[in-house]
Amino acid sequence: MKSCLPIMVVAFGLVTAVAQARTLTLYNAQHEQVVGMLTAMFTKETGIKVQVHTGEGPDIASQILQEGADSPADVFFTENSPELILLDEKGLLAPVDPATLAKVPGKYSAADGDWLGVLARENVLDFNASMISEGALPVSLMDLAKPEWAGKVGIAPSDADFLPLVSAVIRTQGKAAALTWLNGLKANAKIYEDDESVVAAVARGDVAVGVVNNYYWARLETDLGPKKINSALYHFKHGDIGGLINISGAAVLKSSKNQAAAQRFLAFLVSHEAQVALGESEVDFEYPLAPGVAPNKLLTPFAMLQPPAISVSKLGDDQDAGALLQQAGLI
Amino acid sequence: MAARRPSAGLLAACCVAAGLVLLPLGVTVWNAADAGWDMARALLWRPLTGFLLFNTLRLIACAVITTGLIGTALAWAVERTDLAGKRIWSVLAVVPLAIPPFITSYAWVSISTNLETFWGALLVVTMTYYPLVYLPVAAALREMDPALEETARSLGLGRTAMFLRIILPQLRPALLGGVLLVALDVLVEFGAFALLRFRTFTTAIYGAYRAGFSGAEPALLAMVLLVLCVACLTAEFLVRGRARYGRLARGARRGATKYRLGGWHGLAQAGFASWAALTIGVPVGMIVYWLAQPGDVATAPVAATFGAVVSAAWASVYLGAAGAALTMALALPLGILAARYHGWLVTALERAAYLAQSIPGIVIALALVSLTVHALRPLYESTPLLVAAYAVLFLPLALVSVRAALTQAQPALEEAGRSLGLGRMSVLLRVSLPLAAPGLGAAGALVFISVTTELTATLLLAPIGTQTLATQIWADTSTLAFAAAAPYAAVMAVMSMAASWLLAGRFGAASVFAPARPA
Repeated sequence: MKSCLPIMVVAFGLVTAVAQARTLTLYNAQHEQVVGMLTAMFTKETGIKVQVHTGEGPDIASQILQEGADSPADVFFTENSPELILLDEKGLLAPVDPATLAKVPGKYSAADGDWLGVLARENVLDFNASMISEGALPVSLMDLAKPEWAGKVGIAPSDADFLPLVSAVIRTQGKAAALTWLNGLKANAKIYEDDESVVAAVARGDVAVGVVNNYYWARLETDLGPKKINSALYHFKHGDIGGLINISGAAVLKSSKNQAAAQRFLAFLVSHEAQVALGESEVDFEYPLAPGVAPNKLLTPFAMLQPPAISVSKLGDDQDAGALLQQAGLI
Repeated sequence: MAARRPSAGLLAACCVAAGLVLLPLGVTVWNAADAGWDMARALLWRPLTGFLLFNTLRLIACAVITTGLIGTALAWAVERTDLAGKRIWSVLAVVPLAIPPFITSYAWVSISTNLETFWGALLVVTMTYYPLVYLPVAAALREMDPALEETARSLGLGRTAMFLRIILPQLRPALLGGVLLVALDVLVEFGAFALLRFRTFTTAIYGAYRAGFSGAEPALLAMVLLVLCVACLTAEFLVRGRARYGRLARGARRGATKYRLGGWHGLAQAGFASWAALTIGVPVGMIVYWLAQPGDVATAPVAATFGAVVSAAWASVYLGAAGAALTMALALPLGILAARYHGWLVTALERAAYLAQSIPGIVIALALVSLTVHALRPLYESTPLLVAAYAVLFLPLALVSVRAALTQAQPALEEAGRSLGLGRMSVLLRVSLPLAAPGLGAAGALVFISVTTELTATLLLAPIGTQTLATQIWADTSTLAFAAAAPYAAVMAVMSMAASWLLAGRFGAASVFAPARPA
């Protein structure tokens, strides 16, 4: 009997492989709850099932690179544009339907039309008001590398959201300055595994300030309730690099055998219905990119943000950022 | 035995099993070598490696002390004093072994994220692994010859001096062996530290993989970890192999001396009760607490619906069954070889299989990913590959029990079978296996429990769309969604504890709780 089991396992594997052909395979680096909500809506509307493989952005991008021409992925949906740009540079992405691209402002999608901007997020400084007054917060993100910030800063360099920030510093100030900044930051900062840990650390008073994306704070606030949270968000102003906008985007893989269904999924992501659902939900706290769709009430209106003027294509892929973080010994 | 030389078929089966264990090792070395000398120097000779070494080694050093002290103290009280209720205490002292470390970690970190520190990690490690010291030390205390202590006493030694000069030296092999197992388990543990956000080699390897550095960097870190693990395993092997403080005379001996607790009795009872409350009460209590809380809408990756819990439980069960089947299929030929034959080849094959014990799950998983994504593509992200990873991980666990079961089945009966005209295969099927059946059943069940509670390999190798109890707890807990994780944690804890309890009842506590290591 025992010898039958491995055969059954193999048979089971084959059956699932056949079943996969009739469904869309989504490689996901967005938060699972957001994608869970979206795929349920999409399946209800189109009848197309979606199989989701979730991971961290850079690891999924590197996985797709390694899988190459016969990647099982049809669609890649991620939180940060550099990963999409990397895959585009390697020629792995198919052009997005022009009608889909037209749904969102062109500057948030790929210049060559190979990937689609879906949502936007803001880099912020989370601070514990009982440890530091708002007036004492830095004007620029670069200030956090100065000696007076020793022991007060929390960062998560291995979180995918940190890489675009490093890329932005490299692109605007050059590699040498970026490395000096990282070395200073390393001397000052407590290192956490991910942004969730950083907001939790700030809220409990482990560090006074933390470099995070805005939605981690919103998520903690929603869970704890407004009275119980000890921290607040500080927005970098006047186009400081610290206020960088990260773009969540999606693309269809060139190797996908479900091109039509994959394009349909991308069209769905920027449809009015999906964008409104994303804005209203209590699970995602990003800015919907479709014009006229309001974000969650916890968020500062998009028009009031003062992000740096750096385009997604100038930001580029995050290969340099990864190498520099490694050189600084942060990852 | 008629044939002193194993058959070619048996040897071939054993080579396949040993080869499967050596495969991830080979791939890791290959990937690391790919980096070249200069890159390896650049990647390893930097502050991060030093930081990880410091973090890992200081945790091991402290855990060795805490588990050594607590394990020995509890064992002493249970085995050598007039402690009341020692039957209950002796059972409660080993129950934490049936709770997966990352469940304990989940419970503590959900009380307060303040535990995301070195001290939190030490707390969880101590509470999870102290039975690895308790069990061998308790056994050694039970079997000690009272004559030595009586002689010492009559020569005027006091209690403290007696413990330090007579008892402790006799405990040395058991105590050292136990703490080395603790060290090894701390080195290979991933889930518990990841949830506590405490950085060790395993979490850094996962971090490097997550940050998109496939290949050389994780492989190089893995090499450092492997060196540490193999050193621990070798040390443990040497300690166990060394001369024991056994009696030479084979005659009957009286039970070990019992000491009166006297005024300390109340304190001992309170100590045992609070220790059980911490090690068992907290994990179970926190799961129950979070079950009663409303779900975390904003942070939970997946809403814990009834359907989702059932499907995750089913995935864990069928992977457990498949994993146990393949592991047993590999362990059986190796067990037969080890129990019935001798020679350098037999020793080499058996040692190769035990080597798997020192290869962390994360290293095995990463090696299999990098192997199948390039070559062997049909196996990539497939259930058979995940099952193969389980087989490599738990082969040593199964092999210990399989070998012991076959050793107990008398070779004389097999010889009788052969002399009556049965072929080798018929002897195996009609004589050896039925004789060894209870032990084999226990081994299979043990592997089943281990697979259903395994996190690391499952996380990296599960086919797209497959969610198990372990991966769901992981997904929820890494976003601090403790209430959403609770139903999965509850099902896993109940499954693991119930299976261990059934197994202990059926085959004796030793089948589950004896640290399953090469005999």
